[in-house]
This record gives sequence, structure tokens and C-alpha cells, in this order.
Amino acid sequence: MEIIALITGFALILVGLYGILSKRNIIKIIVGFSLFDTGLHVLIVTVGYIKGGTAPILDSVVGTTDVASKIVDPVPQALVLTAIVIGLGVTSLMLAYALKMYQAKKSLDISDFKDMKW
Amino acid sequence: MIRNFFIIAILAGLAAVFVSLFWNFGDSEVLTPLATHYATNGAAEVGAPNLVTSIVVTYRGFDTLGEVTILFLVASIVSFFLKREKLQPETTPKRETSEIILTAAKLLVPIVMVLGIYVFINGHLTPGGGFQGGAIIATAFVLLLMANPDFKINHKIIATVESVSGIAFVLIGVFGILLAGGFLDNKVLPLGTFGKIFSAGAIPLIYSFVGLKVGSELSNILSNLQGIQKEEM
Amino acid sequence: MNLIIIIVLSLVMIVMAVTAIIHKKLAVAVIATGVVSLMASVMYLLMAAPDVAMTEAAIGSGLSTIIFFYVLNKIRKAK
Repeated sequence: MEIIALITGFALILVGLYGILSKRNIIKIIVGFSLFDTGLHVLIVTVGYIKGGTAPILDSVVGTTDVASKIVDPVPQALVLTAIVIGLGVTSLMLAYALKMYQAKKSLDISDFKDMKW
Repeated sequence: MIRNFFIIAILAGLAAVFVSLFWNFGDSEVLTPLATHYATNGAAEVGAPNLVTSIVVTYRGFDTLGEVTILFLVASIVSFFLKREKLQPETTPKRETSEIILTAAKLLVPIVMVLGIYVFINGHLTPGGGFQGGAIIATAFVLLLMANPDFKINHKIIATVESVSGIAFVLIGVFGILLAGGFLDNKVLPLGTFGKIFSAGAIPLIYSFVGLKVGSELSNILSNLQGIQKEEM
Repeated sequence: MNLIIIIVLSLVMIVMAVTAIIHKKLAVAVIATGVVSLMASVMYLLMAAPDVAMTEAAIGSGLSTIIFFYVLNKIRKAK
């Protein structure tokens, strides 16, 4: 069952990367970045899954003794929690830049911005 | 044509690397040694039932400080980019907001705000915490903005809430150095009984400040993108 | 039972991701990204990660879509 989630994560990364490399509209490139982020987070959480484990919360079912054989790995979940919020910050910053670029040249095509090319 | 060919070649190479990586992926049956240490000693050392909260706030508290700093940077850069020079009068005639949104906003905004505050106060007992509660509060704020597009935000209140929360977070961390083990140690307040709301030391306090800071920063970003921030000259 | 749910979720996610990249209209692409985030949130729940599921549902399919639509609206007004 984890193999299917792993394949989904990899497929989302590849689709996002194709969108970044081959599209010309700036907003489409930002959508590609967002898909890449989502696929990466799915991948990291899937790696930490233990067969037959439950959520890492010590309630009445899990108890407080011999916890290490009942729960899944909590460290990747803590990392992905931070990564999701930072992904939102980066997306909103990219959209603010795209707005300013549109106000400067009235075009959303990335091949019109050749000022800094050697 | 050549460009397309190169893109397909890069993606095919990446796919080959991925396939070779998960060809030997077996299910792990046992936790890694680091996770075993957190699982067996988490309840005794930190005292919070939610293990992910105790990792984010106490064991890896420094990463949370870095993440809060990054959010602050993003909010200030977006606000710097999108300020308006002078207040041009709106040229397009505004439509009246529809009746459904006005009524729903009056009913839903208080309920959603209370839900957000509940989620970050109970962060150490049930799934939840500061980031989730902050995002829910920002969603309630967006509903308020949509119902009344002329809502004049008092920019000073949001800025004050955000600064006070950030300073309080760092101060609690420094108290950890003076009174207990290290930076952001949660034994500055007594641990209490396992499972009550006032247990686990300083974790509810720290997470409340993180939740308020994240909520006010996301609201700041959203109101800047809507374009109603006025310049206080 | 879990296996069937995961297969259906994966298929919907991949089809929506390809739609988001290929379709010509920008509004459809943004909504497809929101649907991918929603399906990922359910998949996190099946992988025993409730904290991550709550965060992804609130931020990925809520705030991110709203931010995209604010910027698209400003571009359309300035045209």
C-alpha cells in the first residue's frame, strides 16, 4: 500500500517539474512549483510509515508503556508540518513578484523579460 | 523542438533514478533509534500526549524559531512591494455584495475564530497546534474581507499583536536558558498531571504565541494582496 | 478497503495534476491544484498523520487557492 503512495508522490514531482520547465505563462510556472511541493511532502510522510502503526498520540488506546511498537515515525511529520507553511510563504512571494512584473511590462509571457540576458 | 527533446530527456533520466531508488524499498517493521528514544522518553521528559507537538516545540524548538522568522520576512517583503503611493479613487463602480455572503459572514466569522483559538490552545492534547490554528484564524479574516470590501483594517493592531507574540516567544526561550536546561526548555513552568490542559510546562503558552503570530502574519499578507492597506504618513 | 481508497485517490490526484498543467485557462489550473491538495490531505490521514492532514487542508486547499485568485483578479482588472 505504501508503494502506491510512493509512486503518486514521484508522479506529482515529475508533473510539476514538466510544468516549470516547459510552460511560458508565469502563473503556470508558479502552479508547477506548488504541485512539486505537494508531491515532495507526500513522499516524505510515506517514508515514515510503519506497517500496522497508528497515529503518534498517546491516548487511552496506545497508553504510555511500550509505545515504540505501536506508533508510526513522528519525526518526518514534524518536518513536513514546517515545510507546508514555508511552501505557502514562498508561493505568495512569487505571486507578488509576478504582479510587479506584469505592472512593469503588461505581459505575462516569460520570454518578454530579456533585460538581464547577456 | 530541440528544447522539448531536452526536457523529455531530463524527466526520463529523473524517472529512471526514482525507479532504481524504490526498487529495494521494503516496509520497515521497527522504528529508527531516534524515534524510539522520542517515543519511550517523550511522556516522561516533556509530558505532552501529542508527540509531534513535543518534537516541534521542545526537541526541535530551534527549527520553529527559524520558521517563524521566515514567515516574518515574507510578510514584510510582500508589504514592501505592494504598497500604494497615493490613494487613487476607485474608478470601477462596485457591485453590492450578495445577501448570502453577508448573512453567512455574520454567522460564521465568530464561530470560525473560536475554532481557531480552540485548536491552538489544545495543541498538546489532540492533533492541532499553532500553525493549524493560525491558518484557521486567517481564513475567518478572509471571510470578513470578502463580506465588506471597504473594511478599514487598523494596521497598527495587527502589527502590535505580531510583534508582541514574537518577542514573547523569544523571551520564554531565554527564560529556559536562565531557569532550566536550555533554550526553549519547557520546564520553566511545572509539568503537572498528564493529560490536563494546564500540563506540559510552557508548551501551551509557547504554542499560543506561535498561533497568534502565524495568524496575524497570514492576515497581513492577504490584506496586502487585496490592496486596501493605506499608507500612514 | 484501504487499498481501494488509496488507488482511487492516486488516480484522481494524477489526472487533476495533468489537467492543471495542460489546460489553457488559468482559473481551471488553480482549482485543479486545490483539488490535488484536498486528495493529499485524505491520503495523509490514511498514512496515520492527523496533524499534517489538518495543516494541508487549511493551508493547501484554502489559503493557497485564495491567494492565487486575488492575484488573477488584479491582473484582470488592470488589463
